[in-house]
Amino acid sequence: MTFLKINNLDIEYQTRKETIYASKNVSFTLKKGEIIGIVGESGSGKSTIANAIINLVDKPGKITNGSILLDETEICNNEEVIRSIRGKKIGFIFQDPQTSLNPLFTIRDQLVETIQTHTDLNYEKAIEKSIKLLTEVGIENSDKRINDYPHQFSGGMRQRVVIALAISCEPDLLIADEPTTALDVSIQFKILNLLKKLTVDRNLGILIITHDMGVIAEITDKVLIMRHGKIVEYGKTLNVLSKPNSIECKSLVMSIPPTNKKISRFKYLSPEGKQIIDSSLNLTKNIIKNWGIRELSNKKILDFKNVTKIFDEEKILSIREPEDKIKALDNVSFNIFEGESFGLVGESGSGKSTIAKIICGLLPPSKGEIKFENLSLFDPKNKMKIKEFRGQIQMIFQDPYSSLNPRFKIKNIISEPIKFFQKNIDNYSLNQNVNDLIDIVGISRTSLDRFPHEFSGGQRQRISIARALATKPRLLICDEPTSALDVTIQAQVLNLLKDLQEQLNLTILFISHDLPVIRQMCDRIAVLKKGTICEINQTENIFINPKHMYTKELLRLMPKIKSIN
Amino acid sequence: MIPQIIKTFLDSDIGYSFMKSKVAIISSVIFFTIVLVSLLAVIISPYNPFDPKNVSLMDAFTPPIWSVGGSVDFLLGTDQQGRDMLSTMIYGSQISLIVGFSSIIFATFLGVFLGVTSGYLGGRYEIIVMRLTDVQLTIPSILMALLVDGIARGFISKSLHDDMAIYVLILAIGISEWPQFARITRAATLVEKNKEYVLASKIIGLSDIIIMLKHILPNILRPILVIATIGLSQAIITESTLSFLGVGFPPTNPSLGTLIRFGNNFLFSGEWWITFFPAIFLVILALSINLLGDWMRDALNPKLKVR
Amino acid sequence: MFNYFLKRLLQSFLVMLIVAFVAFSLFNFVGDPVHNMVGQEASEETREQIREKLGLNDPVYTQFFKFVSNASNGEFGLSYELRRPVSLLISERLPATLELVLVSAFIAIFFGIFFGVYTAINREGFVSNLILISSLLGVSLPTFVIGILFIYLFSVILGILPSFGRGEVVNFGFWSTGFLTLSGIKALILPSITLSLFQMTYIIRLVRAEMMEILQTDYIKFARARGINNKVVNNRHALKNGLIPVITITGINVGTLIAFSIITETVFQWPGMGLLFINAVQFVDIPIMSAYLFMVAFLFVMINFIVDIAYYFIDPRIRFRDEVTIE
Repeated sequence: MTFLKINNLDIEYQTRKETIYASKNVSFTLKKGEIIGIVGESGSGKSTIANAIINLVDKPGKITNGSILLDETEICNNEEVIRSIRGKKIGFIFQDPQTSLNPLFTIRDQLVETIQTHTDLNYEKAIEKSIKLLTEVGIENSDKRINDYPHQFSGGMRQRVVIALAISCEPDLLIADEPTTALDVSIQFKILNLLKKLTVDRNLGILIITHDMGVIAEITDKVLIMRHGKIVEYGKTLNVLSKPNSIECKSLVMSIPPTNKKISRFKYLSPEGKQIIDSSLNLTKNIIKNWGIRELSNKKILDFKNVTKIFDEEKILSIREPEDKIKALDNVSFNIFEGESFGLVGESGSGKSTIAKIICGLLPPSKGEIKFENLSLFDPKNKMKIKEFRGQIQMIFQDPYSSLNPRFKIKNIISEPIKFFQKNIDNYSLNQNVNDLIDIVGISRTSLDRFPHEFSGGQRQRISIARALATKPRLLICDEPTSALDVTIQAQVLNLLKDLQEQLNLTILFISHDLPVIRQMCDRIAVLKKGTICEINQTENIFINPKHMYTKELLRLMPKIKSIN
Repeated sequence: MIPQIIKTFLDSDIGYSFMKSKVAIISSVIFFTIVLVSLLAVIISPYNPFDPKNVSLMDAFTPPIWSVGGSVDFLLGTDQQGRDMLSTMIYGSQISLIVGFSSIIFATFLGVFLGVTSGYLGGRYEIIVMRLTDVQLTIPSILMALLVDGIARGFISKSLHDDMAIYVLILAIGISEWPQFARITRAATLVEKNKEYVLASKIIGLSDIIIMLKHILPNILRPILVIATIGLSQAIITESTLSFLGVGFPPTNPSLGTLIRFGNNFLFSGEWWITFFPAIFLVILALSINLLGDWMRDALNPKLKVR
Repeated sequence: MFNYFLKRLLQSFLVMLIVAFVAFSLFNFVGDPVHNMVGQEASEETREQIREKLGLNDPVYTQFFKFVSNASNGEFGLSYELRRPVSLLISERLPATLELVLVSAFIAIFFGIFFGVYTAINREGFVSNLILISSLLGVSLPTFVIGILFIYLFSVILGILPSFGRGEVVNFGFWSTGFLTLSGIKALILPSITLSLFQMTYIIRLVRAEMMEILQTDYIKFARARGINNKVVNNRHALKNGLIPVITITGINVGTLIAFSIITETVFQWPGMGLLFINAVQFVDIPIMSAYLFMVAFLFVMINFIVDIAYYFIDPRIRFRDEVTIE
């Protein structure tokens, strides 16, 4: 039974320079008991459509055309009607459970308030119902926990509370805007299962908005692929993912890292639909000449031995609250060999970023030793030597928006490290050097005089790579380098990293929470859990034949998508 | 060169928001006019009010030109000593602006230095600096300025104090304002120092001084500029308040506050203009700076940015 | 909970100790206390006697300890200028200042919050813009100019309110109050409004900024998406969160009001501590200066301690900081 019908919906954003369509001619329908996914890259307008349904489009956006029918009632732009429907017929779930609950009210206050807004239940009945709801979404001891404040719940539990609030007045439609993006894989799995169960138990229609193809593959019946405010493909999820029609959709699906095998490079399509295999092969010549030829030796380049890190900054009358006394790393050991790419995988709080920071010298270890070749990196005796060695280890960070100094031109961002290590370099060779670096990461030389804010996330990440290569590093640490990027951009950046590694004989330490990405990038993997290593093995062994319980669990929860490459 | 700078300014988002805001344009015109006039006081003002040959007790208490008894020679009337009100005001605003700018520059340097270093270096040094600002924030700025002034009086004689009033006031106001700068720069530094571009610089091996000067400082200039603007109007108000209370500039070298202080004595006898004009002038000056600061806060706040 | 209180108490104590040190240094190192007490004519012998009597020959830490123990008993010695015990001078004038500050604080906080919330919710309205423009004017008007304008308008031109003094006061033991007589209340009107205006405009702008930020948060959007009506969202959800920073400001606010009462008291010749202090600054009357500093800091620290305690009960995030469940 179709109960939500959207026809020719147009939403515009008027900006200083132009009008942007967040939605252009969007039409689709939703039945009860059905889950529809809207997927698209950032800026594709997917969230705006969700907000338009409940008439909460952020200013200065406005709906300029189209209709939204809920049970044959026109609700588009109809604040009068929509106010009685919000929360009652349509429930809404936001992305970040940390911020979607009012911190000063107990869960009970917020549930009872919502229930009493839409029904005639008295206070006792409303509490009774709230407790039932909390139990339904999987909160234990719900009769006690109902009196707690939001910050007393963990992230996943909070999202359950949010879901309880969203379904508290028996809505027909649930709109979930990136409901699991802020959560770890294992918790994401549980929340998705809960949503699936609710559609069956309550005959709900769910509209789920996400950028994550894994979520789409896992839970939706139908999918709507959006790009620049337009629908590029709409159909049964299975069909769309295995036999996409449009070029945009094809290139999107081809960019998804496959979970079932390792491919050598991602392929992508030109706007005309031709396959491109992008390579920077001929451009690296100058760099190789500059660096000198590197022999691939396969000897141990990094020795991370018995490292423990405790964050413990207790001070009397300290200004900042002391960080929780937590063992971020507990006796962690591994080696990296020259020329390989070594992966660290784990959920948030597993200590993977702490390892990166220790290797780079940003944090000292509490116990243990780190050797780069044969140089102990935290031995005070080696202080001067380490300074010269710093350039050999470089890092690429997660957030492309904060990893470049916004006040520096691209030219200065790349030349700063060169000048630091070659104090006497003349202007000509400096420019030559900067040009070579910007060439190999695939950014045009005309960009050198521009500032970071003029570039997209993917381009910025390329610039970060150029900066990291400026010191002629041998070990490149990549800390979630693509997790903030859209999937097609991610594919390009990963290809670039692979090309560079091959041609420049780099050693890579690749850190990610994303198993499919790790599978594509790494030769060997260490699985981390709460500061300890569960298992280290060849990538294929880990994926085909995991030994440790935790690894098995992670693989089981990983959303599975077959590659069409 | 200069047209180039103006052009880039107008092209930028801030320039756009400036040209769109009537309030910003008007207030900046008023502010820069006052600054210009007071800088060129020697040329522009009708008389030099401190030159005895221009001052005659015969002219005392002349009302402004449009009132009965007004004179074409004194547009805004004269004070109790026969000095031309307009001229004393122009010279007075010069003093107020010099003290305002100097004390804010002093406070900015001190506060920003302590804020950036304490935020970036952390450790015991940070605790000491922040405790110090806490304690000083316990003492409201006007009280702090009064105390510094009082202490200065304890060390130098009365006549010397009159001569050195300008330095004492700059010091007193500067010392009373720096904790604000320290707090805000420290908070901004704490945010910047954990951003990845700073970490990248650390990994390259750049020294702390270079990172603070070249990377962090340029990125926290915006909030500093905003509080410096608002602080400037506060400093001018504090100076005039101190002068009004009788611990600022002496009557021989009056700032706007001193003029109001003496004019206040004649309020009841009907010579309202001696108080009124300097007071209005002071309010317009402070208001134009505050409006400018207010616009700046909105325009420079990335959170409120309109696309 | 006990730890929280203890930590705050310790912090307050530390601040007081530092202020005491400043006051002590003021007392000991600015000018020559002996010279200030006996003048130039006294012989070297009398000077030495006084020096010994005042304990000025003791080691500095002994002097400091003595100073602190005297200060905590309210003993600050004799005024150089008025030749009377400072403690007596202060306690005579304390009620006048405190009554003025109390009334002003009430006006500033009440109207500040009210207008702040109003302008945040009705962002484009005519009244909102009027309030905002006047608030900016309020920040730009120095307190003494406001006072002078009020006197000129209400005393000189209209002649309905007194321009100076406290009116008639009623004495209860050491406390003298102006609240109980008509002339006392009339005399309070202009000074208290004058004093409160600057703080009020400050609070308006703070509350407005805070409310506007909160109205953008996810939990407000989520509340709206649940169909809770606008009034409840604004007055219940947003207001409660918006008032938390106001509590902090209230603490600082009262301290600032005490300091700014110096100006108001000068303009209106209000017989409070501020007037005493400003005379002391002009005559370098160090005992009064250091005692006043000590008093103001003490009141300020006390209020902030109370504010911190209030926080504990209002913000559950502080109360339950240690108990976060792990999934």
